[in-house]
Amino acid sequence: MSDLLQPVKNLFTTMKFMAKGGKWYYGWLAFLSLFILIGVVSYIKQLDQGMILTAMRDQVSWGFYISNFTFLVGVAAAAVLLVVPAYLYNFKPIKEIVLLGEILAITAIIMCLMFVISDLGRPERGWHILPIIGAMNFPSSLLAWDVLVLNGYLAINCTAVFYVLYRLSLGKEYKMSVLWPIIILSIPWAISIHTVTAFLYNGLSSRPFWNASILAPRFIASALCSGPALMLLIFQIVRRVSKMEISDVAIFKIAELIAYTMGLNLFLFAAEFFKEFYSGSVHLAPMQYPYFGLHGHSKLVIWMWLAFIFNLTAFFIFLRPKTRENFFSLNLACILIITGVYIEKGMGLIIPGFIPDVLGEIYEYGPSAIEKGVSLGIWAFGALFFTLFLKFALPVYTGDLRFKSSGSEKTE
Amino acid sequence: MSKKNCNNPSSKSVDRRSFLKGTAFGLASLAIPFGTSDASVWEAFFQKHFREMNDDEIKSVIKRMEKEYADEYKTGFKIKTTGPLPGVKFGYGLDLSRCIGCRRCVYACVKENNQSREPQIHWITVLQFEKGEKWVNVFEEADRYYNPQEVPEEGHFYMPVQCQQCENPPCVKVCPTQATWKERDGIVVVDYNWCIGCRYCMAACPYGARHFNWGKPQIDKKELNPDVHYLGNRPRYKGVVEKCTFCIQRTRENPGRYPACVEICPVGARKFGNLLDPESEIRYCIENKRVFRLKEDLNTSPKFYYFFAI
Repeated sequence: MSDLLQPVKNLFTTMKFMAKGGKWYYGWLAFLSLFILIGVVSYIKQLDQGMILTAMRDQVSWGFYISNFTFLVGVAAAAVLLVVPAYLYNFKPIKEIVLLGEILAITAIIMCLMFVISDLGRPERGWHILPIIGAMNFPSSLLAWDVLVLNGYLAINCTAVFYVLYRLSLGKEYKMSVLWPIIILSIPWAISIHTVTAFLYNGLSSRPFWNASILAPRFIASALCSGPALMLLIFQIVRRVSKMEISDVAIFKIAELIAYTMGLNLFLFAAEFFKEFYSGSVHLAPMQYPYFGLHGHSKLVIWMWLAFIFNLTAFFIFLRPKTRENFFSLNLACILIITGVYIEKGMGLIIPGFIPDVLGEIYEYGPSAIEKGVSLGIWAFGALFFTLFLKFALPVYTGDLRFKSSGSEKTE
Repeated sequence: MSKKNCNNPSSKSVDRRSFLKGTAFGLASLAIPFGTSDASVWEAFFQKHFREMNDDEIKSVIKRMEKEYADEYKTGFKIKTTGPLPGVKFGYGLDLSRCIGCRRCVYACVKENNQSREPQIHWITVLQFEKGEKWVNVFEEADRYYNPQEVPEEGHFYMPVQCQQCENPPCVKVCPTQATWKERDGIVVVDYNWCIGCRYCMAACPYGARHFNWGKPQIDKKELNPDVHYLGNRPRYKGVVEKCTFCIQRTRENPGRYPACVEICPVGARKFGNLLDPESEIRYCIENKRVFRLKEDLNTSPKFYYFFAI
């Protein structure tokens, strides 16, 4: 009987751990809850009155939601890909990197799914996209592929994290012989989620801006900048608030690697920029719009150049050993990269695909209040989810939280 | 409906839980009106894909739908499910030398096909070009909001664009739920009860032929056309995509009628017929005029032919 009650007890232990915290912790949770509330209210309004509350129209039929989705797929992929350099360079905190990376990946994928659902006109029919019970258009539709790879990736990472935390919470070491195959599977899978998402846009011949083979490589390169940059910030917070140790050496090495991936990202950008502007065909228009404006429409221009300057500055900061090994400039560069890639891979990638539209019209898009509200809500939910997850996972990892009985169930 | 679970000791997880609950409740309450407590709501929710239903299932769906429409629009609708006629593949011809840009086709289409009046949806877009400007496949110089006292305007010409009913439709290829497909007579249709509103097809269409119901479609009762087809002009729902179907509710009848845009055109610029019938007018146009199709470089292979008769 006590065996049956054990999971419930464990659940309460977990909740006690999640509820414990200082002033800042509660403040942070309250802060996030407020934005989540704004998000929920906005979404309910959107459901009630329809997508007409967004700024999207037939001309620009995808907007802020899909932009955020695209950026977050990159975060999800890159968090796990950090395992590769961690392994190659034999970083001391490789296990920590794996665990944190996978938790971040889970969070990012959940946020991705929320953004896609927010973008659906009929979310209650979402099940139509599933195989067997629905009518999944596989293998023809890249969106069907995306559903498969994203959910597969979510499942893989949940399995890995569950296994590690489950063993540790019972006071047992986890076996690398079990974990490694999952990690080995998750690495190519991480590449696949990003490639498939790139192909989703890439395959549309109606949109010359996306229909360029450089799209998928640029996706991966920029994700390998923003994902690790976000991880660097998380590492520093985690080692401050918990007993988890992450060495400076590892942090500086990752910063150095970001310099290379950003170098590659900037090169690929230059290649695309050159091709479009030098050849100057009619397909130049959607490239001209974000960088120089088109027929007096220039809403994106300032953002695109800002993103470029941010990325370039961060590149130099990470390239010089002196600046990447100084925590002030290191963190500044991380923030620059995250913002830069967020602009470039988000709105900067989605919106020019629709401007000018297929019949030549220019409809300038900027997210409406409802879109901003829903998106803020999803970001806040992601942050809350990640915080609570770590609040539970870190003490399990460092040995402060242990469950009593074996064979017991445990929740996130 | 559901009371909030308050005996949870952890305030933090209540936040998340109540959030999830709130969302679920909000979703449920908006998507499924409990007030009606009508089994038809659930029948609609679990309705199968049109092509996976057998005749009996289709019959019962049509019956339910006719009742729903009658309740909502206070008008008796007759919903047809006429299949493609054997030996028919529809093709369309548009004589650019005749078109005067009057947009009568645009509004005849709206009326025939029960498009939403507020917000406005048009299946036909008429582009105006200045003579000598870039055109054919580059529409950047086009003006679709031209509004002079009289048409045609001096020094301008017009090109109406609507669904090109591609033989190789990119919209069908990308739809993640198979909610849109090409029928045997070549018409690309949408099951408005299966579309999830992801709008991937709109990103894929090179002709801007697909339109989304951003808001709840609104039509004045007096202007409704009650003669409708399941895959065509029946009233649509908020949050789904719609498009031209060559007036499937007219053209599939035997004897059939021309699409509304063909019928209304005051200058006879629009031709329509069976591509498989060597005696048809459309075949005559293709064989005797110099025809072209839009954006041939994309290999979508439209069944919509532009030509110059004069």
